[in-house]
Amino acid sequence: MVNVIKEQVMKIKKHQFLFEELVKRDFKKKYKRTALGMLWSLVSPLMQLLVMSVVFTNFFGRNVPHYTIYLFAGNLTFSFFRDSTYGGMNSLMQNSNIITKINLPKYMFLLSKNVASLINFGLTLLIFFVFALFDGIHFSINFITLIYPIACLIVFNIGCGLILSALFVLFKDIQYLYDIFTMMLMYLSAIFYYTGDYPEHIQKLFYLNPVYVYITYFRDVVIYGYIPGWKTHLLCLLYAAIALLAGALIYKKYNYKFMYYM
Amino acid sequence: MSKIELNDVSVSYITGDFSTVGLKDVVIQKIKRQYKPKEFTAVKNVSFSLEEGELLGIVGSNGAGKSTLLKVISGIMRPTTGTMAVKGNIASLLELGTGFDGDLTVRENTFLRGAMLGYTREFMNRTYDSIIEFAELREFEDRLFSHLSSGMKSRLAFSIACLVHPEILILDEVLSVGDGAFRKKSEAKMLEIIGGGATTLLVSHSLDQIRRMATKVLWLDKGQQIAFGETKEICDRYAEFLNGK
Repeated sequence: MVNVIKEQVMKIKKHQFLFEELVKRDFKKKYKRTALGMLWSLVSPLMQLLVMSVVFTNFFGRNVPHYTIYLFAGNLTFSFFRDSTYGGMNSLMQNSNIITKINLPKYMFLLSKNVASLINFGLTLLIFFVFALFDGIHFSINFITLIYPIACLIVFNIGCGLILSALFVLFKDIQYLYDIFTMMLMYLSAIFYYTGDYPEHIQKLFYLNPVYVYITYFRDVVIYGYIPGWKTHLLCLLYAAIALLAGALIYKKYNYKFMYYM
Repeated sequence: MSKIELNDVSVSYITGDFSTVGLKDVVIQKIKRQYKPKEFTAVKNVSFSLEEGELLGIVGSNGAGKSTLLKVISGIMRPTTGTMAVKGNIASLLELGTGFDGDLTVRENTFLRGAMLGYTREFMNRTYDSIIEFAELREFEDRLFSHLSSGMKSRLAFSIACLVHPEILILDEVLSVGDGAFRKKSEAKMLEIIGGGATTLLVSHSLDQIRRMATKVLWLDKGQQIAFGETKEICDRYAEFLNGK
């Protein structure tokens, strides 16, 4: 296992220059020839937040302290998941003309897409903290622990991206299925409502949704001011590891078969 | 010691499974018990070996499997059956335009494409100016790649690619590009690389070119290996075959 990782790291080092150029390309292409450029990555989550807080504060916001931050934490995390996995899903097919002509590790295209989404996420996260400051959230040293769910979520996104991109090469129907899936997942992620209103055994079911777990971690630390227990930590890691492992296995198995479908 | 050795290599493509005919038809065929994904064998039982410094010319009509064979040797595809041993680093120039992005500038594309060919950033910083000079695109550095004429695009593509310094060079019809003057200049450059001692595989439709340059020739037809051997003998036979058609 250690050797495999070492080998992969060596491979990435060897292709570091290409990787940097791919990241630059993906990032530039995202906002090519737009007047606002990178600002769009902030406008869209903020508008979403505005609409949601206007519409939902009266229904769900009464019993939830710092409801705007509650919404923002959910939106922020879920958007990162969605952006990242959508980018990942398309990464192989978008680069099919390169993959069929040059011998390169295929996951590089996926990773570069993920870096582009990560930069977006980082920017939105900064705005999130600014909002939190204005909303009177007490900033504590605990906030450092947010690195943990973020790291897990990055790995989880990469894993999902690997799986999705492989499926997308094999059947194109996945893009429509995944639209429906993310829409359902969004409603099940308790972005704008409060799960505490449900009976206890139903509340537990929410933990089957990985994105919900990551969102909960964020809210616990930022809004409620405590670090979640070891079970949540384990769950964060477990979901990330499963996704990455499944993705890596699929790539290993189908690495040379992708070609036939491109 | 041979640099490249292929033993009985075959490559099949899968066609006619769910990704091409659709899930509905696959289910119907499965119910009727008629489902079998078809295989299309693009390269059948090819065997040859090349020594260091040799130049192999590959001839054959369209669809003979030449490009597929080059993809296998480049490591992009794997032989379905048979074995293959390739020693040394490979520069595979299957299509010079691969990897360019119309939305980026000429400068950005030069670095991106250089990275894809396995150059280092340091190397690109050092040679960037000479690439642009060679491609004669100095005034166009900051233009979008999609705004270039197709001749300019291929000039840029060639200028980046011709800096490779491989042990094994794979060329798919890209010996020279562009118009008059540039054509000469590019061919000279390519000959310089080949002359540098790289073991070369060259697909070409120009039999003259093959006669002039190749030390060995491989003749493929519909995936089958018709012949492999000395240049003169195979070229004569192939010319006869072309005349007979």
